[in-house]
Amino acid sequence: MVEKAPKSFQEIILRLQKYWVAQGCALMQPYDMEVGAGTFHPATTLRSLGPKTWSVAYIQPSRRPTDGRYGDNPNRLQHYYQFQVLMKPSPPDFQNLYLGSLEAIGIDSQIHDIRFVEDDWESPTLGAWGLGWEVWCDGMEVSQFTYFQQVGGHDCNPIPGELTYGLERLAMFILGVDYVMDMPFNNPNSSFALKYGDIFKQTEEEYSRWNFDVANTESLFRQFDEAEQACLTILSQDILDPKSGKNIIMVHPAYDHCIKASHIFNILDARGVISVTERQAYIGRVRGLAKKCADAFVLTPAGGNI
Amino acid sequence: MPDLLIELLSEEIPARMQRKACSDLNKLFTNGITELGLTYKSSATFSTPRRLTLVLENVSSKSISRVEEKRGPRTDAPEVAIQGFLKNVGLELTQLEVRKEKKGEFYFASVRTEGRKADDIISVVLEEIVRNFPWPKSMRWGQNSLKWVRPLHSIICILYDESGSNVVDMNIEGISSGDKTVGHRFMGTGEFSVTSFEDYTSKLKKEFVILDPSDRAEIILQEIKNQAFAQGLELIDDPGLLDEVVGLIEWPVVLIGKIEDRFLSLPPVVLQTAMKEHQKYFSIQNPKNNKVVKFATVANRETSDQGLTIISGNQKVLSARLADAKFFWDNDLRIINSSGLGPWSEKLRNVTFHNKLGSQFERVIRVVNLSEKIAEKIGCDPKLAKKAASICKSDLSSEMVYEFPELQGIMGTFYAIEAGFKSDISDVCKDHYAPLGPSDEVPKSPLSIVVALADKIETLTSFWSINEKPTGSKDPFALRRNALGLIRIIIENDIRVSLQEILSLSNNEANIEDLKTFIHQRMKVFLRDKAHRHDLVDACFSLDQGNDLALLMKKSSALMEFIKTKDGPNLVQGFKRANKILLQAEQKDGVEYSYGADVKFAQENAERDLFSALDTEELKIKSALDREDFVIAMNAMANLRMPIDNFFDAVQINSEIDVVRRNRLNLLSRICNLCSSVADLSKVEG
Repeated sequence: MVEKAPKSFQEIILRLQKYWVAQGCALMQPYDMEVGAGTFHPATTLRSLGPKTWSVAYIQPSRRPTDGRYGDNPNRLQHYYQFQVLMKPSPPDFQNLYLGSLEAIGIDSQIHDIRFVEDDWESPTLGAWGLGWEVWCDGMEVSQFTYFQQVGGHDCNPIPGELTYGLERLAMFILGVDYVMDMPFNNPNSSFALKYGDIFKQTEEEYSRWNFDVANTESLFRQFDEAEQACLTILSQDILDPKSGKNIIMVHPAYDHCIKASHIFNILDARGVISVTERQAYIGRVRGLAKKCADAFVLTPAGGNI
Repeated sequence: MPDLLIELLSEEIPARMQRKACSDLNKLFTNGITELGLTYKSSATFSTPRRLTLVLENVSSKSISRVEEKRGPRTDAPEVAIQGFLKNVGLELTQLEVRKEKKGEFYFASVRTEGRKADDIISVVLEEIVRNFPWPKSMRWGQNSLKWVRPLHSIICILYDESGSNVVDMNIEGISSGDKTVGHRFMGTGEFSVTSFEDYTSKLKKEFVILDPSDRAEIILQEIKNQAFAQGLELIDDPGLLDEVVGLIEWPVVLIGKIEDRFLSLPPVVLQTAMKEHQKYFSIQNPKNNKVVKFATVANRETSDQGLTIISGNQKVLSARLADAKFFWDNDLRIINSSGLGPWSEKLRNVTFHNKLGSQFERVIRVVNLSEKIAEKIGCDPKLAKKAASICKSDLSSEMVYEFPELQGIMGTFYAIEAGFKSDISDVCKDHYAPLGPSDEVPKSPLSIVVALADKIETLTSFWSINEKPTGSKDPFALRRNALGLIRIIIENDIRVSLQEILSLSNNEANIEDLKTFIHQRMKVFLRDKAHRHDLVDACFSLDQGNDLALLMKKSSALMEFIKTKDGPNLVQGFKRANKILLQAEQKDGVEYSYGADVKFAQENAERDLFSALDTEELKIKSALDREDFVIAMNAMANLRMPIDNFFDAVQINSEIDVVRRNRLNLLSRICNLCSSVADLSKVEG
């Protein structure tokens, strides 16, 4: 059943949440750190690994400093939202479940042209790759659909299926809006009607200026090194915690520092202070951390080690 | 005999992989069943985004029983060996035959293999194929360990004839074979059974799937052409794009959309590239002025609103894309109009070419210097060459090329014109990359030739200088393509220059000898692809260190022609005979017979005839060689064949009179030298 067209950005989010909850997903909340994409949430990266079943949906604010356009571009933003679904093992009818979610947000496959177009996903920073498609609706990319094969250098088994909806673009398409800042955030008939721009136009300007011109690169380079060091130090601790007497591998605290390093790298990249050759080296260092975190995670109970 | 239908239904297969997958499936399956003894009359494969289909006509119901003979141990071999053999072939001692051979008496066994049922063989072969299919990239899904290009959902495998059809049973990791499939993802009604290939295709059609990719291509092409024609426009053909689009849809519906007026100022090639690369749209142009004004998209379904929603959505997406392209174009033009191409050349300082070879800026300087020297060498204006080379890569800094790397060079030419350069220089931007592939044209204008040569020599010598050479299938910097480009530019423009010298013009510290060897190898591959015999190529190469590539090409072509004539192989025989006797004598005597023979020591008529033939033909050969008319030269050599043969018949080289013997050896030496003036005939086989 195709639902009636939603009226606002938040209604689309609410409907996606409701739909995936009905499919059995645990509704998680955004991770409380700056990340470049919903994939970085430990509920996706780390939980993709190991034999345990897993099924979550969540919205994740994502930051891509280089995409900042001072709020002037129709749809490019340095801060935007992704809606993320991860189901492990990928259900046999995952494609149909996904198409159901489009109907839930008012996209009628009877009058739209929906296509699965090859797109192999790869995250060099996470040491991860998968095969799948970008999903097109009338020529526009509305989601990324991926069967993860490897994360943090580890083969996934069973295989998780991952969906990522770029919410602003998807919502603009559904709501027929050409400029993201004009998009109704809540119900436009509400007496407290807010547009996307009412909330984010100023912050886009602020962050664009900061990301491109003001962020202290010297301090950021130092922070990158510190985050890297912290991640490695945390993972090198003895498994046995002398205080509680338990075996505790501190994967998540370590992984937090991996995320931190990755975000700092993104800002440095936006500041234009990383040369082409250095770029690869930095990405390699983050990947090194992600791999170590993955190595550690599979030794924990959540990673399937009993 | 029954026919066989196989369908492998999966989630969407990447368009670019479908064609190869079809041929792999066909080859692997037919080879597989043939090896196990089944026969069939014909086979065909089809693909859509979701299915690979194979149909075989007249499949034998059983493999033929076979009798195979196996030789066992000698009759006096130890008991263990004999028992082992019996166990191996599954027979009793009394069933063996004893045969006498040179080395003694041996046991022989006739082992009969009963024919296997077709069902058996088909399921074994198909399972093997599904488990090991050579996809360029395959994946697992869910809890399966099976790999396929995307999740595999179902398998049809039926044998059928007039009397009915039956399923060939198999089960691969929970996927059982059957006779059911589904139609179109959105327009179809769900699952249905099929009883034959005809039934299958007609039901698919009712369920909105056109199975045959060539049918879909035909529909798309006709439909676009008709719709464009009706509007007084025409399609810009793009077979590669058509091939891809055919693999994205099961039920093609062509929709024509408009490009907003504000984007029509963009160069048509930019519109075309943006639409093709990002949206897979075909470009439609006005035949009067070749302006791209509309696009065609191929939807995968019909809708109740005749595609109105779909096309307006697509137009919106395209406008956003083109807004980007126009933004880049306007920004690029603004920079050119205010400060020319200069700022872009500067910007190349920040673009790494290779971490050991510095920036693109440094590379351009090397190309500029090299262009100047090459221009002097081959008689082109060095100043103009420098100027052209200095701007040839500036578009790499433009926003447009950053967004669409495939437009490099093409944009450069647009921007150079915009910056006020004349066409002889602006054309160098796009032409100096040529030839890009074996079928691409080589540059023809003198400036483009110079800069294209400089670009390729710079690339080769710089990578040689850091010892970064192609190995096996790995050639990440396309050095083979560069070498082939260099060869083709020289040969096809008939540029007479020494390879050694032109390579040495570069300041890169490369091992030129080694690089020359590499280029020669590519030249040999190139000639082999043109069906030149490899021994003839070697014969031409071994003469002058292979420095003059254009000359080599001419010689090799002439030798090819000559060796096809009756005289060709005969002359080679005569030469080899003379050469062999000469070499043996030289080795024995420890001297080189190169003093020149004198007719006054000739004793026999045949000998004197040969002298006079040599005198006559030598003049012809020399003058032909001066004109580089190698066909005439070789024909003149062929005239020597009779006198040489007569000479060998009538004369003993090893005369007892020493001076006569030496004179004859010197005569042989003269023959050999003359016959070697085009190519080293000792390398010619046969």
